[in-house]
Amino acid sequence: MTGGSTTGDDGTRPVDTEAEEDQYANEPWPLWEVFVRSSRGLSHVHAGSLHAPDAGMAVRNARDLYTRRNEGVSVWVVPANAITASDPDAKGAYFESAAGKDYRHATYYKKSEGVKHL
Amino acid sequence: MRCPPPAGARGYEPCCERLHFGSPAYILNERSVNIRGAEGCGLNIIEVIMMATPQTGLSAVKEDPGTTAAADDAAEAGQARFDQILADDSRIEPRDWMPEKYRKSLVRQIGQHAHSEIIGMQPEANWITRAPSLKRKSILMAKVQDEAGHGLYLYSAAESLGTTRDAMTDQLIEGKARYSSIFNYPAVTWADMGAIGWLVDGAAIVNQVPLCRASYGPYGRAMVRICKEESFHQRQGFEILMELANGTQAQKQMAQEAVDRWYAPSLMMFGPPDGDSPNSQQSMQWNIKRFTNDELRQRFVDMLAEQVKTLGLTLPDEDLKWNEERGHYDFGELDWNEFKEVLAGRGPCNSQRMERRREAHEEGAWVREAAAAYARKMAARNAEQTVGAAS
Ligand SMILES: [Fe+2]
Ligand SMILES: [Fe+2]
Repeated sequence: MTGGSTTGDDGTRPVDTEAEEDQYANEPWPLWEVFVRSSRGLSHVHAGSLHAPDAGMAVRNARDLYTRRNEGVSVWVVPANAITASDPDAKGAYFESAAGKDYRHATYYKKSEGVKHL
Repeated sequence: MRCPPPAGARGYEPCCERLHFGSPAYILNERSVNIRGAEGCGLNIIEVIMMATPQTGLSAVKEDPGTTAAADDAAEAGQARFDQILADDSRIEPRDWMPEKYRKSLVRQIGQHAHSEIIGMQPEANWITRAPSLKRKSILMAKVQDEAGHGLYLYSAAESLGTTRDAMTDQLIEGKARYSSIFNYPAVTWADMGAIGWLVDGAAIVNQVPLCRASYGPYGRAMVRICKEESFHQRQGFEILMELANGTQAQKQMAQEAVDRWYAPSLMMFGPPDGDSPNSQQSMQWNIKRFTNDELRQRFVDMLAEQVKTLGLTLPDEDLKWNEERGHYDFGELDWNEFKEVLAGRGPCNSQRMERRREAHEEGAWVREAAAAYARKMAARNAEQTVGAAS
């Protein structure tokens, strides 16, 4: 697979006799989600994703890809398949319990209007 | 083979970028030359970014297919929700239900866009070794590295729709995917680096700023990031032309000839006239595109016509003149046959670009394999240690 120029390549891959090597030749690198802390005192925020063979390379790639202009002081990478998300189709029902509960917000309470420092 | 007017190609054949071709410029690290990126981005970009509702979102997570009946119900409910989200001018996120055509159309558009960024590295990478000063080399490296980054942001966005980056790379390498026709023109003099930055990146910005509001969340977010970086690209190009235009007579002529070469191709970057652009309509209904090709082209011409005055150069268009009634500049017909030829693979540099991309991919294979092998080995070693520690 390390052969020289591929000028005239017709899209087919060279035959490789080493079975083991061949097995991994086209192995895709795993996907990582990247989180960047833009400055001290702020949370890490999702910046995007990238492919890398391992966590160490993922962090380096994240630095080169997402912080070329001082966008961050810290980077997290998380294997994309390690993330569990809520079901998007159950959106309405799933987050319903928050709706109709205005009393969880300070603005619900009117009696204290005009009272200072409250 | 159709080539652009050879006016400024003194001593060079078209497609001769590789005459003094140095080392492949694919793995570049700006840190080694310690560049601070230009901050500036136009007000219009900031406005659009503000409107772009930058919620975070994660890439696609696989879901189990349900039974057929349940799937039909889900599709109906999904379509209703999809329509509502578009009506609200909100954003579709990766795990939302979406029509298959919307998904396919996005994969095609984002994929082409990503390929354009990647192929677009070549005309400029070919000039890094010949840039006239260390500063110019550093700037060019930073720009080329940005373009690689743009390609990767976009591949990630497309990937969240279920098509892997590897699959898209294969499509490009096998000649099954398109990229912007602009990168099939040769950059024959140093002044072309100026003209590319000013005109090509300039057209890209006009095209991309409205895409920050594309209805597909990950695409819009990638565009926000890209637009912030593009303004440095355009300004450095303008500065190259400015310096040449204020230099010796020969330098000024070189700048003018580069502008003459890139003007028309850059106008074609907005795609065919509205009448010949069947995809546009649908794309606008889906809130992916916000303006038609001709609207964006007009906006770009209006900008150029003013900016060129600062340069003290001219645009190669006899029909270019201010139309008081329309409040816009009129401009001449473009050669759409040339556009079709280049798109069909018969431009001056198509085969060279594709060959270079294939080479880079094949010659980088051992690096990818070695990194994967190392990762496997380290993972095995860690697992061994964990087992050892546990027993
Ligand atoms: Fe770009
Ligand atoms: Fe650019």
